[in-house]
Amino acid sequence: MNEQNKTAEQVIEDYSRRKFLGTSAAVGATLAIAPGITLLDMAQARPADQAASSKNRWGLLIDSNKCATGCDDCVSACFKENAIKEGKKETDSQWIRKIELKDMQSGRTSSLPMMCQHCAEPPCVDVCPTGASFKRADGIVLVDRHICIGCRYCMMACPYKARSFVHEELTDQNPDVPRGKGCVESCTLCVHRVDKGEQPACVEACSSSGKNAMIFGDLNDPNSEISKRIAETATTQVRADLQLNPGVRYQGI
Amino acid sequence: MKIINYREIEGRSSGFLILLAILGLLALLGLGSAHYMEEHGHVVTGMTNQIVWGIPHVFAVFLIVAASGALNVASIGSVFGKSFYKPLAPLSALLAIGLLGGGLTVLMLDLGRPDRVIVAATHYNFKSVFAWNVFLYSGFFGAVAIYIWTMMDKTVSSYTKPAGYLAFVVRLLLTTGTGSIFGFLVARQFYDSALLAPMFIIMSFSYGLAIYLGVLMASYKWTNRPLGDAVINRLKNLLGVFIAAVLLLVTIFHMTNLYFTKHHGVEAFILLNGGIYTSLFWLGQIILGSLVPLVLLYAPGISKSRSAIAFACGLVILGGLSQMYVTIIGGQAYPLVLFPGYQESSSFFDGVVHNYSPSLPETLLGLGGMAIAGIIVTLGLKVLRFLPLSLADSVADPHAK
Ligand code: SF4
Repeated sequence: MNEQNKTAEQVIEDYSRRKFLGTSAAVGATLAIAPGITLLDMAQARPADQAASSKNRWGLLIDSNKCATGCDDCVSACFKENAIKEGKKETDSQWIRKIELKDMQSGRTSSLPMMCQHCAEPPCVDVCPTGASFKRADGIVLVDRHICIGCRYCMMACPYKARSFVHEELTDQNPDVPRGKGCVESCTLCVHRVDKGEQPACVEACSSSGKNAMIFGDLNDPNSEISKRIAETATTQVRADLQLNPGVRYQGI
Repeated sequence: MKIINYREIEGRSSGFLILLAILGLLALLGLGSAHYMEEHGHVVTGMTNQIVWGIPHVFAVFLIVAASGALNVASIGSVFGKSFYKPLAPLSALLAIGLLGGGLTVLMLDLGRPDRVIVAATHYNFKSVFAWNVFLYSGFFGAVAIYIWTMMDKTVSSYTKPAGYLAFVVRLLLTTGTGSIFGFLVARQFYDSALLAPMFIIMSFSYGLAIYLGVLMASYKWTNRPLGDAVINRLKNLLGVFIAAVLLLVTIFHMTNLYFTKHHGVEAFILLNGGIYTSLFWLGQIILGSLVPLVLLYAPGISKSRSAIAFACGLVILGGLSQMYVTIIGGQAYPLVLFPGYQESSSFFDGVVHNYSPSLPETLLGLGGMAIAGIIVTLGLKVLRFLPLSLADSVADPHAK
């Protein structure tokens, strides 16, 4: 969006987006100066009044060789963090899921977590009639649940089946992660944590279980661990044929 | 050519009132269902996170596509200068408005947040085909309304031709736009085809004309106005041509898909082993919706019978709904392929065919949209002069025979 030519609506819209992130960012700023808390090197807490910047591009690298079949620590962590009811009905939201793969030729199996791929060219953003689906300057793709009308066109357009529609009334929400019946939602890359300089919940869970199959970091920073790994090893983009330039890369498939 | 007298229908007979009562009841049931869905959320429908667009979209897209097709009769008269079709134009325009109104109502009430429909009018994302359609829909209403006005008000009748052109252009854009809603979903195997937009245009010709002819025959019969064979024969022959054209495009669509190995899976699903979708395709869309109507419209002996023609129109409509069901729901039921060459499985139903069975409320909502279209047309005929008093052969086509 062109900063100079904002209409009144866009200003309000921006306001609601900032509010969506405001509280958490403020908490983050306090945390950043509190003694004894070491921030992870790649993520710097962003002051509340500062907008997300295109200097960063947050992304994930997932190593399917390290990801264990049957383990779903990342999934449980996501559900807990975002206060998603643990359900596996066809109408239930799943922001992240484990996919088991079997090579049809060789029979080799592998396992990996799948979530919003935070594309640089997100089809969900292109098709959204109201602009509720948007990409933040730092590459995180989000739904502004205040202007989502629930048309579900973005779900039709997403090649990764990453989005869920809220089919029922919700209870016990996490105030940092507003959700709403009748709106579409998906992985936010734990934007409320990232803004505090923390890692997404799934990544944290995966490393505390000792598997370390996921790395989170800034793809724009050549010195970040994720950028170095991507520069050294062969990684894959899922549905690379669509040329969406996803922020999530895979290894070992 | 004789002067054509248009006249409102009387609309006081018990038949008229019963028709309105039935349509009104259906529309109320539809609105009530929409309210129920909004209260409880889409969990009371058969829709899921896998099948995100259900039966309401089947009805809505059908109605919108048919709306632009219904305008065809008028366009033949105004744009292509065929004076034979001119007396038929006002009804054609009224149907277009009614069908679009019904379709849009369903589309809007099926939103997750229908209360926010105003947001759709104040926030635009100009990259979105959906947002373009919002403009196309309002443009279509406006263009057709102006067109009707130029046809009804003698003082502006010199503008009928440009207004007709305008409406024609907007209707082409509208159907292309509707087709493109699907055509842009390149990630989905079934919709990844440039043929969808032209296919939607041809489909609109066929559905729109079937509805037109059906409504024309019914209103003349129920109001005891004369309707000669000249009009009927022309329109039914034209309908036959459109049905055949749809068949041809559907064949090309599937043949080109079969050319790409990556589309073999989804093609086999629709054409061979997709259960309900395969049956709806062959039985609904192809046999009952296309081949049987072609026989009814052309076979010597049968094709003269008015009931056979009316029946054919009904079948084309059912075939059209089947085609929408196969395209919209069948296209989603087939799982997205994330990793070609791999077998996928997950708790989110990756790699398996998705189930969908429409619930009662969402079906009533769809039918309600049809009823709303019917109400707009029925009331329109009563308050304004849409129908010529007579379409007997001597009036409609004095030089025939
Ligand atoms: S469901 Fe919401 S976010 Fe998705 S396309 Fe529609 S308005 Fe945009």
